[in-house]
Amino acid sequence: MECCYEKKLVCVSCPMGCRLTVTVCGDNINVSGNTCKRGEVYGKNEVTDPRRMICSTARIKGGVHPVVPVKTDKPIPEKLKFKCMDVINSLDLKSPVVAGDVVAANILDTDVNIVVTRNM
Amino acid sequence: MNFDLVVVGGGPAGMAAALEAYNNGIKSIAIVERDVEPGGILQQCIHNGFGLHVFKEELTGPEYAQRFINMTKDTEIKYFLDTIVLDIAQDKTLTVMNSKQGIFELKAKAIVLAMGCRERTRSGIGIAGDRPSGVFTAGAAQRYINIEGQMVGKKVIILGSGDIGMIMARRIVLEGGEVIAVVARSSFPKGLTRNVVQCLDHYNIPMWYSHNIVGIYGKERVEKVVVAECDKKTKAVIPGTEKEYACDTVLLSVGLIPENELSRQVGIKIDRKTSGPVVTESMETSMEGVFACGNVVHVHDLVDFVTEESRKAGKNAALYIKGEITKNSQPNTFKVAGGLSYAVPHMFRPENLGDKFDILMRVDRVFGKCYLVVTEGGKELGRYKKPFLTPGEMIKLTVPSSIFKGMAGKEIGITVEPEEEK
Repeated sequence: MECCYEKKLVCVSCPMGCRLTVTVCGDNINVSGNTCKRGEVYGKNEVTDPRRMICSTARIKGGVHPVVPVKTDKPIPEKLKFKCMDVINSLDLKSPVVAGDVVAANILDTDVNIVVTRNM
Repeated sequence: MNFDLVVVGGGPAGMAAALEAYNNGIKSIAIVERDVEPGGILQQCIHNGFGLHVFKEELTGPEYAQRFINMTKDTEIKYFLDTIVLDIAQDKTLTVMNSKQGIFELKAKAIVLAMGCRERTRSGIGIAGDRPSGVFTAGAAQRYINIEGQMVGKKVIILGSGDIGMIMARRIVLEGGEVIAVVARSSFPKGLTRNVVQCLDHYNIPMWYSHNIVGIYGKERVEKVVVAECDKKTKAVIPGTEKEYACDTVLLSVGLIPENELSRQVGIKIDRKTSGPVVTESMETSMEGVFACGNVVHVHDLVDFVTEESRKAGKNAALYIKGEITKNSQPNTFKVAGGLSYAVPHMFRPENLGDKFDILMRVDRVFGKCYLVVTEGGKELGRYKKPFLTPGEMIKLTVPSSIFKGMAGKEIGITVEPEEEK
């Protein structure tokens, strides 16, 4: 593995889409091109511990629709995204639920919870 | 039934306009919504990224909708759900219909049009071939998957680099489907750059720029599509570059069109560029007391901007009902050039603006470092530096209203000036 490299990224923290340059030299990581603090955090995470928010739907009985939207309450390690989907797809919820309700806690030992994102 | 204000559409635009009118002293308000619940298209946009401007945090579509639904619940705003508007008369009487009450009338002192937009379909772009099942607009597929809980197909190809197409590419992969590629006629993405990264790059979904789907084939279900390269400039298909791809589903994300059948029916003046009503700084249409906001006026990228625009419409509808809107001067009109395709509002009276004036516009091509230059009769009123402009991202130019002080009936020019020319 290279110890010194440069990576061009587009920050996805907000719709601005700042074009970042992340320079990695051993433990020294430098982010440029960002216009706010979140860009720096995003750039550093992308080269050390990339994480993703997962938004999907879960089965629900007794609601106005057969599925209810859910999301991870914080980003989950990138390599666990499909395992996270398996957890969501195994859920069988019952109406009523309220936006923010935790429907699966500490999934995959990540300290990440699955919450519903609307009332149903 | 009589109301001070009737809002057509219960999506983010309609709810924000109704709430703002309510907060400005109008208590007799009805929202007419054709779906069984308020929230509009946000309810099926389950991904996050909404609300950074309005709520200062990142929400999913349903969460954003839920907040507005909760706010309207604390008011006397009345919803007519599962109800459509058939007609609006010149005296602001709306003929509406639902399956429980039949056809009935709502009389209003002011109206806000917030019907949103709809997707361009296969017939709108004319793809040759058969007519099998398995061809969906991206938004229809989004509704099937995210609301009805039904998967649309296993092996999917997507046409169009708009946001919904890219978001659906990721959604299909997460749900276990395969996406061959997102095919883009243009040489740059039509949607937000962040979506190219977080929906496609992060999921290893290729984007084929300067390509087009030229044929869809299949007996009952889609069996294959033919993709060809296009010329980068003219976008014309290059003969001999056709390739076949086996798939069972085609999603089309090929543009959104403001839904203005009702506005046209009433005789409201429509801008040919935006396909939405011509509006003033108050978001008032050519029909007095009828306001419009959100995607029915012009297609936005961000719901936050829809909310801001709709609050303006709601506030001004309230002022109109209270008889406090002033129209004592000739409005100034915008004339855009040099790579801008439109500016909203179309016209304005400086005396009705606050300290700052937000002008929303779009470019028709990509610009690097450049200036947006505002002029009147050859005189430069303002010059605003921009690092990067692309048709996929709406420009919100905030200017001090003082630059237009005292102007009436003038033509105000806005143009893009690339930095290199300086």
